[in-house]
Amino acid sequence: MKLEVGNIHVEELAFGNESTLSGHRVEIDKGTLINFIREIDHRITEVKLDIALPGEKTRIMPVKDVVEPRVKVSGKGHIFPGRNAGENDIVGEGRTHVLKGMTVMTTGKVVGFQEGIIDMSGTGAEYTPFSKTLNLVITCEVDDTCNQYDHEQILRTVGLETAREVGKLAKDAEADEVNTYETLPILEQAAQYPDLPKVGYVYMLQSQGLLHDTYLYGVDVKAIVPTLLYPTEVMDGAIFSGNCVSACDKNPSLVHQNSPIIHELYKHHGTKYNFMGVIVTNENVTLADKERSSNWVAKLAVQQGWDAAIVSEEGFGNPDADLVMNCNKLEGAGIKTVLVTDEYAGNQGESQSLADSTPKGDAVVSNGNANMIVELPAMERLIGHDTYVDMIAGGTEGSLRADGSISIEIQAITGATNELGFHNLTARQG
Amino acid sequence: MRILHYINQFFGQKGGEEAANHPIELVEGPVGPGGALNAALAGKAEISHTIICGDSYFNENEEVAVMGIKEIIDQVKPDLIVAGPAFNAGRYGVACGRVGKLAAELGLPCITGMYPENPGYDLYKQTAYMVETKNSAADMRKAIPNMAKLIASFIEKDGKLGMPAEEGYMPRNLRINMFAEKRGAARAVDMLIAKLGGEEFTTEYPMPVFDRVAPFKALASLKDAKIALVTSGGVVPKGNPDHIESSSAQKYGEYSIEGIDDLTEASHETAHGGYDPVKCNENSDVVLPVDVLRDLEKEGVIGSLHNMFYTTVGNGTSVSNSKKFGAEIAQKLLDAGVSAAILTST
Amino acid sequence: MPVVHIVTVVPISVTVGANRIVPAVAIPHPLGNPKMSQEEEKLMRREMVVKSLETLTTDISEQTVF
Repeated sequence: MKLEVGNIHVEELAFGNESTLSGHRVEIDKGTLINFIREIDHRITEVKLDIALPGEKTRIMPVKDVVEPRVKVSGKGHIFPGRNAGENDIVGEGRTHVLKGMTVMTTGKVVGFQEGIIDMSGTGAEYTPFSKTLNLVITCEVDDTCNQYDHEQILRTVGLETAREVGKLAKDAEADEVNTYETLPILEQAAQYPDLPKVGYVYMLQSQGLLHDTYLYGVDVKAIVPTLLYPTEVMDGAIFSGNCVSACDKNPSLVHQNSPIIHELYKHHGTKYNFMGVIVTNENVTLADKERSSNWVAKLAVQQGWDAAIVSEEGFGNPDADLVMNCNKLEGAGIKTVLVTDEYAGNQGESQSLADSTPKGDAVVSNGNANMIVELPAMERLIGHDTYVDMIAGGTEGSLRADGSISIEIQAITGATNELGFHNLTARQG
Repeated sequence: MRILHYINQFFGQKGGEEAANHPIELVEGPVGPGGALNAALAGKAEISHTIICGDSYFNENEEVAVMGIKEIIDQVKPDLIVAGPAFNAGRYGVACGRVGKLAAELGLPCITGMYPENPGYDLYKQTAYMVETKNSAADMRKAIPNMAKLIASFIEKDGKLGMPAEEGYMPRNLRINMFAEKRGAARAVDMLIAKLGGEEFTTEYPMPVFDRVAPFKALASLKDAKIALVTSGGVVPKGNPDHIESSSAQKYGEYSIEGIDDLTEASHETAHGGYDPVKCNENSDVVLPVDVLRDLEKEGVIGSLHNMFYTTVGNGTSVSNSKKFGAEIAQKLLDAGVSAAILTST
Repeated sequence: MPVVHIVTVVPISVTVGANRIVPAVAIPHPLGNPKMSQEEEKLMRREMVVKSLETLTTDISEQTVF
């Protein structure tokens, strides 16, 4: 499977009379796009659009999802497949265009705990990768006939559909750069570099229920057994997010679209190793599911002849047990592992960091201690709602001060300790 | 920058063991090893005051000594506290470490020096920067320049010291956040390549080994037993009256279930942010089984259900906080004559 | 005082050192099951609690999953 990804670098984002892409400038016709969003679900009561740019004194919260506008130029299927009638083709082939450097972000009262802070300047901006992007922010509210699950689903759909709609602007554009990614069917891929060690990627996805779910071709991944993917499928949105609680280490859809470990693995594919493919797996809430899924991960890795694997976690706490099980079973089958996680080591970093542990986990990449407290200065503009700061994961009584400044764990900041290694934060013994 | 220096009776020139009960004395300017330190820091910082305190006095009257030193700090208002170096003198090292902990509690930095096997290091390494010294005062010639170097670096970097090896202090057993040059995904691939090639690599997180306790002996019978319920599942009275955090809990709750036979949607909910709360919010008995324990109490299967339950949120909560909560809850259960506990986790 | 840990992710309980361990149903509802009727669910919960109480009267010499 071969995919060409053409990036159009977006350097300016503004509202205008017509939605257009000209050169590196995107203009959005606010009224038409608001109407488009309202049409997505009749239970939507309010839609507001804002633009948040790097360096502004702007705070966005609670952030539900961050999505990258992409469009299929050629090849089968649709971006974010498996959700709508007639959109069930396999993706990951042909050519895809990307509006690089901009995002579509969703906020609004998000159901239960109101998670996820993005500051466009100040201390908080250092901790979120989305302070450097041009963000089109949708504030969307729904009526009270929606239960929490409906509410989550509507906001999720609004983010995905809007990003797709905006992405259409890139369809006929000339790309600033084109990267080509290719992975062959298993037997051919193995034969392509017979002398190199075979490596793969075990992609663990949050699947713990309300606001802790992830979707694969539209399927809630708590209902899958681990399965195989071509790496390019995720670049067309095969995996998308339904979770944002403890926002520091939940993967927004944009991070899946740009899945960092897949992109880094491609860099040395054919020189240092043979990158065979991806196993997607879940992090379910019963022990039987955890045992089954980790058994399947090891089985599929052996079946594909892997010598080594990178395993990334999403979230923390009980998923630490899934990470440890995957590690033990892969290492037990003779497959070397590198684990990618983050830490909950206490406000001062004084504690051990994971809920589970194994002596076989001797190669671990840490994306930082989520319990570290930061001071976020007051901002001039708030997009969304900050009423619930004291209650969100990482907040405590008095986190939000009267002047609008916030003292909070980086746990509350979207993407701060992203466990796909999207960002540069790490922790060391000091 | 103003430095307050803590030293013991020996280095304060009050005498040896016979003067170990010397009470806290505040002197202006540097004394003993402080002289050389002050000279080494000339132009950057100055020891404005020195506290001299006997090692036995400190260790035998720790609470009083700490209170006295706190008063001095409030009065002198130093920018930095320096203690020792203590080499391998156990009581001195513990005192230096305790002064460092006090400083941390007051939001002040502390730099000290001691031998790695000094018990003061193990006890207090998380709350002070400790320069490694040899085991005797003969090492003073090197210890003072090393401490001065760390202090100078601390001043230069506005308190944002680098890692132990580069700065020259002993590891504090703390996990410190920093921004790496390469992103996590690239570091993972580098580590994979190294591991595949049998080359050396350094894990960024050495996996811990957890401590163990011996199993407690069984109850002879349930019929007279008073059973208590404890949970990390965040069950709280509706409205979460003590505002227990949804993640990284800083406290636990203690709530009465006297006269309650069943937890309902109207009476209880969960404060936990780490799992789907819908089911627990409908019926918290699925996390904290009050209903069936009340039945078993009425039927005489157990003596009684303790009328208080203890609860916190286990979501992203550090082991250090959990240990503290656990110890306090256990003590309260013992004081209440509880015979055994059921702990539920989500 | 003896303590019994009712927990879904038994391996974590074993790693962190609990001694008397009783496996639970699922993380969001360790002693419940949304697929059951209320009566059935309570019966199941009672069985789990009775089993847990029995562990408290059982002497053990090492970590035990009941």
